[in-house]
Amino acid sequence: MTDALYYARRYPLGVIGALILIVFVLTAIFAGVVAPMDPLTTNARASLAPPSHIYWIGADMMGRDMLSRMIHGARISLAVALGATCIGSGLGAMLGLASGYLGGWFDLIVQRIAEIMQSLPLLVMALVITASLGPSLTNTIIAIAIPLIPNVARVIRANVLSLRELNYVEAARAIGMGRTRIALVHIFPNTLAPLIVLATAQLGSTILTEASLSFLGLGVPEPYPSWGRMLSESAAEYIHSAPWLVIFPGLAISMVVFGANLFGDALRDILDPRQGD
Amino acid sequence: MLLDVTDLRKTFPARTGLFGNVIDHVHAVDGVSFSIAEGRTLGLVGESGCGKSTVGRAILRLIEPSSGAVRFEGNDIVGLPADRMRELRRRMQIVFQDPYSSLNPRKRAGDIVAEPLLVHGIANAAERREMTQAIFAKVGLQPRQMGLFPHQFSGGQRQRISIARALALGPRFIVADEPVSALDVSVQAQVINLLMDLQARDGLSYLFISHNLAVVEHVSHDVAVMYLGRIVEHTTKSTIFARPLHPYTRALMAAVPVADPSVRRDKAHVMGDVPSPIDRPKGCHFHPRCPLAEPRCRTEEPKLREVQPGHRVACHLAV
Repeated sequence: MTDALYYARRYPLGVIGALILIVFVLTAIFAGVVAPMDPLTTNARASLAPPSHIYWIGADMMGRDMLSRMIHGARISLAVALGATCIGSGLGAMLGLASGYLGGWFDLIVQRIAEIMQSLPLLVMALVITASLGPSLTNTIIAIAIPLIPNVARVIRANVLSLRELNYVEAARAIGMGRTRIALVHIFPNTLAPLIVLATAQLGSTILTEASLSFLGLGVPEPYPSWGRMLSESAAEYIHSAPWLVIFPGLAISMVVFGANLFGDALRDILDPRQGD
Repeated sequence: MLLDVTDLRKTFPARTGLFGNVIDHVHAVDGVSFSIAEGRTLGLVGESGCGKSTVGRAILRLIEPSSGAVRFEGNDIVGLPADRMRELRRRMQIVFQDPYSSLNPRKRAGDIVAEPLLVHGIANAAERREMTQAIFAKVGLQPRQMGLFPHQFSGGQRQRISIARALALGPRFIVADEPVSALDVSVQAQVINLLMDLQARDGLSYLFISHNLAVVEHVSHDVAVMYLGRIVEHTTKSTIFARPLHPYTRALMAAVPVADPSVRRDKAHVMGDVPSPIDRPKGCHFHPRCPLAEPRCRTEEPKLREVQPGHRVACHLAV
């Protein structure tokens, strides 16, 4: 507890980031309680209604309340963002660690597969995966997570390649430590800094990938709202006539990415003993 | 003999062909033999790139030797299965040159020193803590510094932590790979004295690798000079400093600065740079740089031979 207070005082920006994320996550969890209206109920007379005391941030073309849709959309957007980033970064880090530390054939195969995957645009690969798995929330998360793996794996591998030559790894071998243990105890913790930076950077792009997938009908099925889809559906048509349809989902996405970046930076520093005292 | 090294060789692939076939080799260590007795120190000197660090690592099998035998306590450790090797690692350890990269920045000093005990399943947590405290005291660190991270120590203190880690398992032999080269001169003396005290107390043997002759003269009982992967001269410390026979050894000695500015010395005993260990000169490897080279030095390789009892030299001209 005293530790938490100490870090909170040291990293005020990290606290702001954490607060932003907490607010969004709580909103998503309690969407049913917080949302003023039903996000799916249409109202022809309120079509494209501007922000007012009834529709705080306006209504969309179908007359659905934007605020309620945004609040419910947080569920899907955050589930996709956090889920895909965690799965993608986690698997990527494991593969990168094994690939860099073991080397040899395993490394060769993993790196060639990663190159093949990286040569395809992220969206195209996600499209192929969802098209074959079918649209659902879980499949969307999987489809977005898989293309992230090669990027993370390559960055972590490069990091591991330099770490494994360091004397403390050699010293660990000299005391008779096993390979797996060296990889987990001496190498992995030292790759955390780039991993956190990478993961927070990917958070935003996962939300937007989900938007593109949903827009193409391959993401989370209609009519459930997600920020990305709200943004991409309205961006072309209503940016001039009803800008609130574009601005608020965009803001929400930016805020989550901003919060994650602030929090990630602080986390990276807290996990680095050299930043202490 | 505690350690007997016979005809140790290590080559690295320098260039590989299209199908992974090796075209050129770097002959990092090329037929090195020596032995170290209990409680003795062999100083291994040479320019950077001569293969002296590779010798140290190959003895501990941190690098697998290409061929040769390394007998430690009578057992040849080359090709020893992993579990037996692990057992032997308790008695042979290493201290590295760079006090920064040799300690994991994310681990506390106490955990670094206790790790060997943990890995070998020695004692329980409380006993390990006590043992670690004792080792800290032994190397001149405060036991209360156990909770600090490496970056909170100075270079000399970090080197003491490295030594403490090497001592944790109670070794009989330590490879000290340039242990003081990265330290300030004032701190060098402290670390060297620590190593010598430990030897006097526990009868440790050292392979002391260094390019600094003054330091080697201070710590060693015997000295071996390496050039391009081979030992060119090997004898006792007093003999090598009083009567060096190999022209390369003489050149190294002449290059040691003298603390007297009025002494004028003729420079340039050795011309040019170390040749490439991939494409080595024919005959004596040293002949292109040797001021005394004769025609046969260009064609005939000098063998390391005993010119006097206990004094081995690889030079045609040595008598």
